[in-house]
Amino acid sequence: MNDLPLLSAEAMASFAARGFLRFDGVVPEDINRQFLEEMGDIDPPRPGQKMRRTYGEMLARAGVPQVPAGVALAQAYPEGTALKRLLDLPLVSGAIRSLVGEDPVFDHHFLHVTFPPAYHEASGGENVSQHYHQDSTIDPRRAFDIQIMYYPHTVTREMGGTRFLPGSHLRKVSEAAIARYQNIRGQQHMVCEGGTLLFLHSGIWHGGGVNVSDHTRTMFKVRINPSRSQVRQFDVSTLKPQDAQRPIFYLKGPLPPSVEQILMTPEPWHENDTSRLELLNRVKLWRYLTGDPDYDADYWATRLETLADA
Amino acid sequence: MLRQKVLALYLANSALDSVVVGWSLWDGTGETRRMAGDEDAPPYPTGLHALRDGWRLIQASPLLPHARGEEFDLAYLKYEFLFEQIVETGA
Repeated sequence: MNDLPLLSAEAMASFAARGFLRFDGVVPEDINRQFLEEMGDIDPPRPGQKMRRTYGEMLARAGVPQVPAGVALAQAYPEGTALKRLLDLPLVSGAIRSLVGEDPVFDHHFLHVTFPPAYHEASGGENVSQHYHQDSTIDPRRAFDIQIMYYPHTVTREMGGTRFLPGSHLRKVSEAAIARYQNIRGQQHMVCEGGTLLFLHSGIWHGGGVNVSDHTRTMFKVRINPSRSQVRQFDVSTLKPQDAQRPIFYLKGPLPPSVEQILMTPEPWHENDTSRLELLNRVKLWRYLTGDPDYDADYWATRLETLADA
Repeated sequence: MLRQKVLALYLANSALDSVVVGWSLWDGTGETRRMAGDEDAPPYPTGLHALRDGWRLIQASPLLPHARGEEFDLAYLKYEFLFEQIVETGA
């Protein structure tokens, strides 16, 4: 396990700050092809058939196993299947190890398919995007799960790839309570080549896009829990010692690239005041991931933790 | 027939002339069907621009004190402003 390509400190800091890592076209084409073959064909639209039935029939036929929640991820998929081969790719194993540590646990998986307009017209239903939501329930943990989104084929903008909001993962909200927000500055839509993976912090706000193309769009998601430590699981040899705090506010020019620079970069949707709390919460997450209870960036935590003598 | 359009703007702070960071629109006339993810640029730079365009403010988020021990917890977008337009339709 020691020769896994672990995430660098910079990649880990980017995940801590933004809640995602995207790897474009990293799954070999033969695995993508095998996965789509295992999923099987999707029936053409049938007049009067509700989408729920179309979806149910597709899930029943697809070659994805039913897996009990809570089993070891290593035992979730049979050897030789596309999903097992995908999870065993060194890049994937290394990223999983870096993010959730040793002996990760399978939570659940799902086959997400968005259908073209003809299916909705045949069913008499409306073709709309999925509301913004945060998966599962309110999650007060500092620890986190990851969700891997796998795009086995090319996704165009018209096909309605996953929409997500970078940096939203540290907000403690209750699932679809955020559905009122249709659009948020800085949101991203997955437009990608086949074999692309999106690793998400479990708190990321997201939703499926509306498919207005002529093709179905397939995405497979698997949620993974930590079972042991998430502390210092990434490539800590790339973590540079922090000699001193950076100068703040009064700067004569741009500061050099660093973990601090990554952690302290705000998102376009940040509110003026809560943006600073977002940065503070990133510092707390970085303390957790590095096992360094005294870490700070740009003095946000130190200022609050410095007590005057009584 | 009168119909209502509802616009939600989420601003960068509690001032109506601060910049828009999030937005939603529901059109009671049925002429348009807005949905999540359908627009990546906001309809107005600030809330004030919406007022100037004829939207009537009907509700603004209150400013609430921060509960002790929860000062750094973040959840929903903080500065929500709801607007309406009443539109005459032919229906």
